[in-house]
Amino acid sequence: MDIPRYWRLKDQRYRLQGRKCKDCGNLSFPPRLVCQKCKSRKSVPHEFKGLGKLYTYTAIYQAPDRFDPMVPYIVGLIDLEEGVRITAQVTDVLPEDVVIGMDLEMVIRKIYADGDKGPILYGYKFRPILKKMTA
Amino acid sequence: MSEIMKPARDVGIVGYGAYVPVYRLPASEISNQWRSGHDLNFLPIKQKSVPGMDEDVITMSIEASKNALKRAGIHPKDIRAIWVGSESHPYAVKPSGTVVGEVLNIIPNILSADMEFACKAGTEAIQAATAFIGSSMGDYALAIGMDTAQGRPGDALEYTAAAGGAAFIMGPAEKSLAVVEGSFSYVTDTPDFFRRAYQKYPEHGNRFTGEPAYFKHITESVKALLKGLNLKPSDFTAAVFHQPNVKFPQNVAKMLGFSKEQIKYGLLSGMIGNTYAGSSVIGLTDILDHSHAGDRILLASFGSGAGSDAFSLMVTNKIKNAVKKAPLTMDYVDRSISVNYGLYARWRNKIIME
Ligand SMILES: [Zn+2]
Repeated sequence: MDIPRYWRLKDQRYRLQGRKCKDCGNLSFPPRLVCQKCKSRKSVPHEFKGLGKLYTYTAIYQAPDRFDPMVPYIVGLIDLEEGVRITAQVTDVLPEDVVIGMDLEMVIRKIYADGDKGPILYGYKFRPILKKMTA
Repeated sequence: MSEIMKPARDVGIVGYGAYVPVYRLPASEISNQWRSGHDLNFLPIKQKSVPGMDEDVITMSIEASKNALKRAGIHPKDIRAIWVGSESHPYAVKPSGTVVGEVLNIIPNILSADMEFACKAGTEAIQAATAFIGSSMGDYALAIGMDTAQGRPGDALEYTAAAGGAAFIMGPAEKSLAVVEGSFSYVTDTPDFFRRAYQKYPEHGNRFTGEPAYFKHITESVKALLKGLNLKPSDFTAAVFHQPNVKFPQNVAKMLGFSKEQIKYGLLSGMIGNTYAGSSVIGLTDILDHSHAGDRILLASFGSGAGSDAFSLMVTNKIKNAVKKAPLTMDYVDRSISVNYGLYARWRNKIIME
């Protein structure tokens, strides 16, 4: 595992931190340094709330080696409340119970472990929302 | 007789949160796998929680702590220590609190360490946090009891060894939803259950685990606490004890003079199993979810090795608003995706491939 890269991306992976354009307010995730709307290079970090709906998904049965212990798993395109579409694993649900449009929330899970001796990579995944909080 | 423990400055629970994975393994699956169903009428619990492939003590502690932060309503950076009590930390060397603190934006001005005392590692963390706040070294500390416990395939412990736990933000009494009135800790060298370094599964002393271990240590800590605070069982609204199964906590409650009514909340082992360092403390979160200002709660853990921490907590009027700010413990306990023994064995690395 590339430990320096793993460590540098932790704001993004641990807290869904993207960028907000200082000129037009456009949000991006993964964070982009040049605004896709207005081409501005001025942006500030922005943490997404981690709530969204499943746009579409696929179940993975054949995975790269490092993800192989987890098959079958689900990769989804998720529309965040803030209007940004991201790609993430959908967890805590059996493939046959996944429904397009279902409400999801971000959780932190193990992405993979680098063998028995290497570091464990943690990051965001999404699961069916546990409970809609009104507060 | 020693005096009870009480910090110089009054301390309490400012926020709390629970976590239990969604998967459940019915005890009947284990019985059918290893005993041809011969003990189906004597199962210690109905089902136990099983962590998903992508869950461990770090990820579970993050979610419980998020819930505790929501209820506390404080800025994460106000927390000055993170102690995670567990016997199943993902790393042997690298504290679980480092990742929890990074994800929750608590770092970097903190202390952090892994605590280990079998099933009382969680209350050990609460004691340390209470002392830390009580001496004014900081205003808030995060104490967690969380486990993904493993039993050897076919062993009696496999029926109950489960996953889950709770997180508590300890802080000054005036900010608390439940104030610590006092505590008492009792420890001896009793080898009822242990796991040597590099061993995957623990060893236990069968009959040795009950009388001289569980019952002896809990009754000693609770009796000393009650005597020191000049309280009797009927002064408490609710009580929660460590839950290796369903019977032990019921029996120890009876021995000490607590009624069935007093333990009706928080006795979760039948539905989720024994969550080890998370066991008594997740029970406490269920009691808090159902509590009101003026309620007095007894919490008594048990950790093999052996020891017990007993606490008396007085609920304040801050409980009412705090409860609804995060999912209830029963929201986690009630959800369930059943798994069979084969899937469980694969997920929990019980099948050795090479
Ligand atoms: Zn822009």
